[in-house]
Amino acid sequence: MSPKRIKILVAKPGLDGHDVGAKVIVRALAEAQFDVVYSGLRQTPEAIAEAARAEDVDVIGLSILSGSHMPLCERLRELFVENGLQDKLWIVGGNIPLDDHQKLNDIGYAGVFSTGSRLDNIVDFIREHAP
Amino acid sequence: MTATVKRQPAGPKEPAAVINESGIEIKTVYTEEDVAASGGVDRSLPGEAPFTRGIHEEMYRRRPFTMRQYTGFSNAADTNERFKYLIENGQTGLNVALDLATQCGYDSDSAEAYGEVGRVGMAIDTLADFEIAFDGIDLDKITVSLTINGAAAILIAMYLAMAEKRGFDLAKLRGTAQNDILKEFIGRGTWVFPVEPSIKLVADTIEYCAEHAPKYSPVSVCGYHIRESGATPAEEMGYAFCIAKAYMDEAMKRGLDIDDFSGRLSFNFNIFGNLFEQVAKYRAGRRLWAKIVLDQYGAKDPKSGWMRMIAGGGGFGLTIEQPENNIMRGAYYALIAALSGAQTMALCCYDEAYTIPTPKAQRISLRTMQLLIEEIGLADTVDPLGGSHYVETLTNQLEDKIIEVMDGVDAAGGIVKGVAEGTIQSTVADHAFRRQQDLESGEIRKVGVNCYVEEEDERPEVEMHPYDEATAQAQIDSLAKVKAERDEAVVQVELKRLRADAEAGRNVMPALMAAVKAYATVGEMTNVMASVYGRYKEPALI
Repeated sequence: MSPKRIKILVAKPGLDGHDVGAKVIVRALAEAQFDVVYSGLRQTPEAIAEAARAEDVDVIGLSILSGSHMPLCERLRELFVENGLQDKLWIVGGNIPLDDHQKLNDIGYAGVFSTGSRLDNIVDFIREHAP
Repeated sequence: MTATVKRQPAGPKEPAAVINESGIEIKTVYTEEDVAASGGVDRSLPGEAPFTRGIHEEMYRRRPFTMRQYTGFSNAADTNERFKYLIENGQTGLNVALDLATQCGYDSDSAEAYGEVGRVGMAIDTLADFEIAFDGIDLDKITVSLTINGAAAILIAMYLAMAEKRGFDLAKLRGTAQNDILKEFIGRGTWVFPVEPSIKLVADTIEYCAEHAPKYSPVSVCGYHIRESGATPAEEMGYAFCIAKAYMDEAMKRGLDIDDFSGRLSFNFNIFGNLFEQVAKYRAGRRLWAKIVLDQYGAKDPKSGWMRMIAGGGGFGLTIEQPENNIMRGAYYALIAALSGAQTMALCCYDEAYTIPTPKAQRISLRTMQLLIEEIGLADTVDPLGGSHYVETLTNQLEDKIIEVMDGVDAAGGIVKGVAEGTIQSTVADHAFRRQQDLESGEIRKVGVNCYVEEEDERPEVEMHPYDEATAQAQIDSLAKVKAERDEAVVQVELKRLRADAEAGRNVMPALMAAVKAYATVGEMTNVMASVYGRYKEPALI
């Protein structure tokens, strides 16, 4: 029997319209043989948590380039916990200053990938850490 | 991030092949035979149709390009202060950055605005904010460009109302709104309404301005963001022209004559990449656009065929690695824009991959542009690269490539269909993925990223823009104050009129003008229109 494929939700929370990175990541993850669901733009934190639960994903990847990653990630953390998603792998990418990496790690985002991250590093990280 | 050309490995006897981003193979040397074989030289002078060499006879000799750095953060008062700082430092135009809530038509106190108020631009809720933002700025001397799309009709009305209130004559008022909604569906993403009513609103603004503010440029068609999203230079220009034609067609359906508005359409293009390819792109684009408007659309006034443009930005060319290198990149990009005959220039700042630019970073960008004029001789003569065998050949080849892109769009059912169905978005995203793969494999080179890389632990010194958590609450409080002080009955009457006009399919600009003057909020007006037009939902296609 082939091993279960890792399923990932790639989501764009908030109003940020920069989706080049998210779409590139979606293609890279699909090429790496993951099952990928892309949320599209302009998703509320509630809709993302609901989609992650409904789709029963292993990994939730957020893409945020507006600088609003801290408030959004904090709100999403609450919703992930409420929806019983605390065992999933949470990762976040985008315009994220180094100063915020540790803060995001501390609230449960195991992987933080700033602009300029290599696709294979992201893929390897998910392979290694997905539940 | 991207490099400019791919180099295929050299064989034992042959040198490496060089192919530019638009897919044109570059020869080792060019002669007049190459120019002739590619279609010859356009002998028209600058200022003569089809304007290959520039839209004006004297170009920068008479007036240097307008310098217009993209600026705005926090609230109207903080932004006003930065505007004045830039003007004091010699900036000659303003390019207004609005926060995402404003751009998407939400008020600062709405749930959707959570976390976004004053973040990537200034928060604007009502006319009161605009009055503060432009306080003390002479709108006849300093032209203002509004980077607004989904909510453009509202913000244009707000700008015109603010100017009128301050005593400026709308018949003479200059300025620009981005107001290019079709490209928002391809890249950038600040759409509000579905595709069809969005185009209708663009035509409303064109029609209203043609009548009431004839010097105002209601639309700046942006290849820029499509290029940022993954398009090649030829696609950038080809898609932009298809989009511009869609707006023109819509305006002409209203009975407007092409000469009544075409001259006020402008363009916004990107400047990162191979210098010669970009210069050729602009020269080819200028020529092709003139042919489209003057020959295909039958405009009588040569000015109707002007491809007036802001050439700038270059954000995708900049890197988070070794950010100081972005200062040099910005200088080369500015050179490209100047060699290309841009009317207006703006540069992404070296720290922009990290943060809202600091005043110092903005000053460096401004000085970069001033240096070109004052020290390097870029204003001395028009189209200095004209006549180069290489540039003339590339210009001809780029024109063919742009036509190829446009024909492809038309053959697939047109740009509106392509955008509505998401096929254009998919194509562009595929290119972005390939670009990233080429970058990671090193097939395209990027300094500091895949060559000349420095130790990872060397932390760049970038001063971060502080975001004050109290900003959002202060904006929400000031919105509440405006709402408490306005005449609510008048607001409701004007919103009702807006709904009636939207439902009847009439031009909504007169109703928006009245509503903004009554201090209706961006969110209130957007909600009324959305209740009639609906809201866009992104197709699941990626």
